[in-house]
Amino acid sequence: MTSAAELGLDNPLRDPQDRRLPRIAGPCGVVLFGVTGDLARKKLIPAIYDLANRGLLPPGFALIGFARHDFGEQGFAQLAKKAAKAGARTPWRESTWKQLFAGVRFVEGSFDDDTAWEKLSHTLAELDEKQGTQGNHAFYLSIPPGLFPVVVSKLKQHGLAQAPGDAWRRVVIEKPFGHDLESAQQLNEIVAEVFPPESVFRIDHYLGKETVQNILAFRFANGMFEPVWNSHYVDHVQITMAEDIGIGTRAGYYDGIGAARDVIQNHLLQLMALVAMEEPVSLNAASLRIEKQKILANARPPQRLDLHTSHAQYTTGWAGGEEVAGYLEEEGIPADSTTETYAAIRLDIETRRWAGVPFYLRVGKRLGRRVTEVAVVFKRAPHLPFQSTDVEELGQNALVMRIQPDEGVTLRFGAKVPGTVMEIRDVNMDFAYGGTFVEDSPEAYERLILDVLLGDPPLFPQHEEVELAWEILDPIIRHWSRKKSIDTYPAGTWGPQSADAMIARDGRRWRRP
Amino acid sequence: MQVTLEHTNSSAIAAALVRARHQSGSPAMDMVLTLIVVCDDETVTDALAAATTLSREHPARVIGVILGKRTGAADLHAKIRVGSETSGESILLRLSGRLVPHAESAVLPLLLPDSPVVVWWPGPAPTDPSADAMGALANRRLTDAEAAPRPLRSLQASAKAYTPGDTDLSWTRLTPWRALLAAAYDQVRSPVTGGVIEAGPGNPAGVLLESWLESRLGVHVSWKKIESEKIQRVVLTTARGDICIERDADDSATFSVPGAAPRTVPLPTRTLAELLAEDLRRLDADEVYGATVQRLVKA
Repeated sequence: MTSAAELGLDNPLRDPQDRRLPRIAGPCGVVLFGVTGDLARKKLIPAIYDLANRGLLPPGFALIGFARHDFGEQGFAQLAKKAAKAGARTPWRESTWKQLFAGVRFVEGSFDDDTAWEKLSHTLAELDEKQGTQGNHAFYLSIPPGLFPVVVSKLKQHGLAQAPGDAWRRVVIEKPFGHDLESAQQLNEIVAEVFPPESVFRIDHYLGKETVQNILAFRFANGMFEPVWNSHYVDHVQITMAEDIGIGTRAGYYDGIGAARDVIQNHLLQLMALVAMEEPVSLNAASLRIEKQKILANARPPQRLDLHTSHAQYTTGWAGGEEVAGYLEEEGIPADSTTETYAAIRLDIETRRWAGVPFYLRVGKRLGRRVTEVAVVFKRAPHLPFQSTDVEELGQNALVMRIQPDEGVTLRFGAKVPGTVMEIRDVNMDFAYGGTFVEDSPEAYERLILDVLLGDPPLFPQHEEVELAWEILDPIIRHWSRKKSIDTYPAGTWGPQSADAMIARDGRRWRRP
Repeated sequence: MQVTLEHTNSSAIAAALVRARHQSGSPAMDMVLTLIVVCDDETVTDALAAATTLSREHPARVIGVILGKRTGAADLHAKIRVGSETSGESILLRLSGRLVPHAESAVLPLLLPDSPVVVWWPGPAPTDPSADAMGALANRRLTDAEAAPRPLRSLQASAKAYTPGDTDLSWTRLTPWRALLAAAYDQVRSPVTGGVIEAGPGNPAGVLLESWLESRLGVHVSWKKIESEKIQRVVLTTARGDICIERDADDSATFSVPGAAPRTVPLPTRTLAELLAEDLRRLDADEVYGATVQRLVKA
């Protein structure tokens, strides 16, 4: 739990009413493992710069790089500066960089080299004294999970996992959190041996998005949606995450992982939990987690996996006016790969609220367009006092929360077509967060890194959630791996026929997002 | 798109707005507030530019009101801009003659339904903003003492007339200083026994800072008058040593607390649009500002 002191409640200059004062992290340092990776260069370092530029980093802040490269402190500083300049969202200010630069250090060495760890230990001690980081450090493991055991055990061996006095040490890890239940448990054991659960921050960058947090505001701040948010009124829910791009340069990571492990296990199941959960008693981490876990623990994969799931690969086709290669022709993909680039599954949540309301989750690459959305589709009105011809064009009412891009909410309902006696057709009512407004809102990583430094955990999934998600997905992936062949869909379309057939079996159809 | 209406009235303006919105292809409205900017020919350009930039964070219907000569027949001209480049829409009203004392009657029909209304005087403001006819339309009233000919007197007037919902932009300008001081206290955690503010005489932000520190810390904070328009240095004395924050040249400050080496931290001078954006993030009363100005009146 965050103490009153950490929240600054004993500081007379802070007042809960004074919402102008930003939440500034206390003195601390971030040790970055994997400094040359894509994530560090494109997201983490720019986010740290943006936080500094917004004045949200503490005056005593340090950024320490740890890598085998021999580019030295100057080289690392240059790399960081270049990355920050290229990726920053806020304007470039040389003065901000100069302030950050004072706390930039680099430790050279491989992860099994004890002298390098000694050097890291000395560097942290030096920063505590000179830069005023006061013993608070977060270790950001932006490295493949295979390297976790050695890094975590070295952190322990060199006493870095233990903070002196009332200072803190935290560890930040990125997905994938394993590739099935067993590996996720192993991974957790390795980390849990050294760090207590409240010091482990698992990053699911989706949960840092303003629009995902808005799901909580939308559901629990309003009185008019909750009464219909159940099986009496909701027919089914569709959660879609579609990308128009192919796998690009991620071949090495993606092949053998596939769409379900890459996206459904974390982002989509977290979205589902937020949409389906009961109202938490408060928005603190513990209450939120309890409600999300109830949903994940009660979400069941279908009995007949062959009828209610679908997986497929994209083939050569025309996407958005360009001819693009199929998955098997992408660079670095073996010609006999059966990794899915599209996955659709049906889940049933066995609670009173959702009994009989299927949740359809789909994800894919090279689909019609880039969109992430949650569509709650309502049942038809029980009685329609119209001629059947009047309502031929009337669909089901739907409420769509668009997560990205074009963030907003759409309500779809029937309205009379003007000039006719009585003809009813579907119309959209749209709320948009405003085009530029969204560009100006913080990146997910800014929020998440700040939350790590503040020790504020509501947006980070705990290992129980990770393991429950694998329990849902494992039987489905096992079923797919037993199949000899995989369906296909032409690039630039909305997925394979098997996915359409799967939902048609239930008398429904996919929304075209 | 832009529409100009001459010798017009509010209902014609409202109809033109709806038409313009339909023609630009998006009849949906996602504006969250109405911002009334009461200005004159001198301040109008800068003020409307700031308000338009602001629309990026808070999509708004911006109503610029230019009050002309009070003599002669009542007349109203309007210029409407919808879509193009920014979210939100803007209306520039030019009032003259006998309409000027009744300007609020032209604005009232143009307010967005239900949404909050903010009025901002970028130049000199009425002595009692909430009693002003235009101010009475709004939930939030923004004045700017620093833009008045006599800043301190203007601040004192609005402090005396304080009504929940009022704030002055000199308070907004103070936020970075307050954030640094609060962060410094987070680190030191030792009772403050006294303080010194170094700033030019007649600096309204300095006066607010003094009042805020005294009310929060319960100690006497003295002034050292120096030749500078801005707040230059703040020192808080604690049992563990002095907290000192001193403005440097390029948008930064030197931050010293006992037990750590001095460091450079950002202390940017923010644009008018950034100040407004901060103010509009909350549309309820700012109680801390209220307590601070009320202490000012008592002192």
